[in-house]
Amino acid sequence: MYEFNYQKAASLEGAAKFLAANEEAKLVAGGMTLIPTLKQRLAKPSDLIDLATIDGLRGIKEEGGGVTIGAMTRHVEVQRSDVVKRVIPALAALAGMIGDPAVRNRGTIGGSISNNDPAADYPSAVVGLGATVVTTKREIAGEEFFTGMFETALGQDEIVTAVKFPKPGTAAYQKFKNPASRYAIVGVFVAKTAGGIRVAVTGAGACVFRVPEMEAALTKSFNAEAIKDIAIPDDGLNSDIHASAEYRAHLVNVMARRAVAACA
Amino acid sequence: MAEIGTPVRRREDYRFLTGQGTYTDDINRPRQLYAYILRSPYANARITGIDSAAAATASGVVAIYTGQDLAADGVGGLPCGWQIHSKDGSPMHEPPHPVLAIDRARHVGDPVAVVIADSLAQARDAAELIQVDYVSEPAVTDVAEALKPGAPQVFAEVPGNVCYDWHLGDPAAVDAALAKAARVVKLDLINNRLVPNAMEPRAAIGDFDRATGEHTLYTTSQNPHVIRLLMGAFVLHIPEAKLRVVAPDVGGGFGSKIYHYAEEAIVTWAAAKLRRPVKWTADRVESFMSDAHGRDHVTHVELGVDAQNKFVALKVATLANMGAYLSTFATCVPTYLYATLLAGTYTTPVVYAEVKAVFTNTVPVDAYRGAGRPEATFLLERIVDLAADELGIDPAELRRKNFIPTDAYPYQTPVALQYDSGDYFSTLDLATKAADYAGFEARRVEAARRGKLRGIGIATYIEACGIAPSAVVGSLGARAGLFEAAAVRVHPTGSVTILTGSHSHGQGHETTFAQLVADGLGIPMDSIEIVHGDTAKIPYGMGTYGSRSLAVGGTAIIKAMDKIIAKGKKIAAHLLEAADADIEFKDGVFSVAGTDRSKSFGEVALTAYVPHNFPHEELEPGLDETAFYDPKNFTFPSGAYVAEIEIDPDTGTLEVCSFNASDDFGRIVNPMIVAGQVHGGLAQGIGQALLEACVYDKATGQLLTASYNDYAMPRADNLPSFVLSTHATLCTHNPLGVKGCGEAGAIGAPAAISNAIVDALKSYGVRHVEMPATPEKLWRAIHQHQMAAE
Repeated sequence: MYEFNYQKAASLEGAAKFLAANEEAKLVAGGMTLIPTLKQRLAKPSDLIDLATIDGLRGIKEEGGGVTIGAMTRHVEVQRSDVVKRVIPALAALAGMIGDPAVRNRGTIGGSISNNDPAADYPSAVVGLGATVVTTKREIAGEEFFTGMFETALGQDEIVTAVKFPKPGTAAYQKFKNPASRYAIVGVFVAKTAGGIRVAVTGAGACVFRVPEMEAALTKSFNAEAIKDIAIPDDGLNSDIHASAEYRAHLVNVMARRAVAACA
Repeated sequence: MAEIGTPVRRREDYRFLTGQGTYTDDINRPRQLYAYILRSPYANARITGIDSAAAATASGVVAIYTGQDLAADGVGGLPCGWQIHSKDGSPMHEPPHPVLAIDRARHVGDPVAVVIADSLAQARDAAELIQVDYVSEPAVTDVAEALKPGAPQVFAEVPGNVCYDWHLGDPAAVDAALAKAARVVKLDLINNRLVPNAMEPRAAIGDFDRATGEHTLYTTSQNPHVIRLLMGAFVLHIPEAKLRVVAPDVGGGFGSKIYHYAEEAIVTWAAAKLRRPVKWTADRVESFMSDAHGRDHVTHVELGVDAQNKFVALKVATLANMGAYLSTFATCVPTYLYATLLAGTYTTPVVYAEVKAVFTNTVPVDAYRGAGRPEATFLLERIVDLAADELGIDPAELRRKNFIPTDAYPYQTPVALQYDSGDYFSTLDLATKAADYAGFEARRVEAARRGKLRGIGIATYIEACGIAPSAVVGSLGARAGLFEAAAVRVHPTGSVTILTGSHSHGQGHETTFAQLVADGLGIPMDSIEIVHGDTAKIPYGMGTYGSRSLAVGGTAIIKAMDKIIAKGKKIAAHLLEAADADIEFKDGVFSVAGTDRSKSFGEVALTAYVPHNFPHEELEPGLDETAFYDPKNFTFPSGAYVAEIEIDPDTGTLEVCSFNASDDFGRIVNPMIVAGQVHGGLAQGIGQALLEACVYDKATGQLLTASYNDYAMPRADNLPSFVLSTHATLCTHNPLGVKGCGEAGAIGAPAAISNAIVDALKSYGVRHVEMPATPEKLWRAIHQHQMAAE
């Protein structure tokens, strides 16, 4: 690691102010992506601002018919939460598929979506459920939050405080894991939301995306058969030594069908 | 034999499981400095200049050295320990292997400079200030590409990148037999490059005592005496008496810690220059690009079969990747550890193998668990399975038909080795019965109803280990002997210290060797101490690899014990006033035959050191014997593995449903430790077959798999519970009849898995799937067939 200054943030306002004044400063939440990045000297922040000590950022509340999850809530807490398991079981299951137990003990939902790794799991749930991201400045609709590979709508000094997930009619997440990193080569979140059927895909492209053709077919008939022949173009999909674009395109269809089948 | 054969709990586990092991990185020397190695980011680049002026003034920096500095000080290159001759009799090319690259970097990770500073962070920071002028040139990472005209030349003095072009066997006899064969089965296949990934990364600490002139190297080595010899004689020119090498607790080696590496020489040399200890520890990414890699063969094989389904000839042509430099034993792996195993468990009468060793701009390749035998077994078991398929005969039946009969030993193979004992029928029976081989078809049908493709695969293997008879390997080009040494030091009050040249880095020698001694001397395990790993304490040792420690190191201990017992009898005879010939030794007691007059081992030991009543005219006092043992032959463990797998055709995902292993390791000293060795070997073999792939970018020579984000290690959830059995045929040429067991799993598992995959995909017309058989590869194999059918 390069040298950096470390501080435990006392308040969100203080953290935001510091970010605004110091362009090279970074927030640290769970650190499960940031720390390995620092160890490999792939980043050189001047300061790390630790959000762990700020009151009120952690916790799961049932409200507005859905679930609100504080940004600093650890994946393991979402995975084991009785509230989430009752209201949105697919979300608890997804949290349980992130990384491994050590990663789940530390990693946070706020950190995950702010980083927007193309292979992260949470973005597919945020978009798939039509969730709302709450920040220190505003509320952002899920599908407007993720703007590109490792890019979000957040401003330089804007901090995610919570994510509000509405309760779906039914939902499921199917993940095809990279055998080495266990990140999503393809992850598909299917949900019947108040606004309609959503199919949100992570891992396959630069950023989470929806599949309107599948959503339309499922709206007509909500079963795996209905989307059997919908092929995703492999144009623009990720391709690496673990999975070609063509294979990912194929997997999107398979995982989508399995997610539909898994919906109660 | 009391202790032998019992699953005694490992004595070394207490410190390992409570975090109290002493690994090289745990050692800290007073006033030590930290070394950081600057490595080439290019696969092939001329180095036209290194400017370290800015780095030298960075905070905490004490020194910066380059290849020029080492050369100016007379530091030699890293030696290769085995000379191979080509078909035309010419010796192999041995281009220089400098400790730090001088005018050219030849692989990503090639060490170019070292920064030595008060802290590692300071050394790392300073290294970023070093300006190396690289002129990057096209690189080649693939053996077939490296042989093409116009390919980048790794060494100007090695035309066509060919290190040697070697062969074994009679090509005319093989061609004639193939021409007459009823059928010739052919296959092209790859044995994929692996990264060893011992849990403990390599580390080294150099220290120099100006007062005594003694150098000390602490290093993560499987063979400290070999390092002392290679580094002292060829690289740094330090006499053995002034060079101590210590390999403390070492966290796994698998071959990767046999070699004399640049970092060992760097820290030893720098410590003497700076008169302060210098410490280096690799991080994982660095390990990926500096630990010797394994395997990386491209092979064409042909098997001739007669009308009675007997194998009549085998012809093999292999391209073996050496990497960018010759690692210490690289040259013997695809020759004498490989081609000599191509008879396998079969009576094939003629075999011809030709091997081209090729330089490429990749990390040097050398022995890795199995070293040549996994490559031989894989191709043999794949071609035998293909033959079974083409002949329409059951793969187990075809093997049985061609097994060496149990009454044929000693069996002279057509590839130099003579097997001493074996019984492949019994292990195949045990494995197939345990796997319910006969009931497979019903399971296949049931799996198909669930939409899954189920397959079953067999592999039978044999390996040569317990290396090796020195005269034999010497005649084949080895530059070292392969004996082993042991000292049995009995203390006055009867406890015993064993100084063994073997090294334990996971094998449990502190337990198994103590079992040998407890059994041989009839004394409690608690009064036995096994010492290894320090050249200042151990007379000599060739180290641990090639499944040799029990067969060779254990036998050396037994021979030293024989000397102890012989002397003990004379002392006892004197004490008991009997003739030497009348003394018997059993269960720790010397007694006069046919009487109840006896002396205990403890009494005899005390007498040896307090020799008031002692036959001084015939014997010296003391009870301390050393033995050097040079084995008469290799040992030949063998076995049969049966793997059953299921493939999901929608995704290509594969599940290993069961894995049954039946091994012949000769006599087993500790069945728990043996089972552990088999489990570990199977995990590595299955890892090779399904998960592990070391990948280089063909265009740039960049190492794409340099961390666990991309290199898939086998984990517990990738593997089934293994079902093991053993069937022993004793080794005929060591006193215990042991054969060794350390590498078997890695040798036999890849073929068993591969054969199961091809079995599962038979209906798709798939003949072979290259390792690792990733989901995408399997999906494409199925998909391509479906597309072709449409």
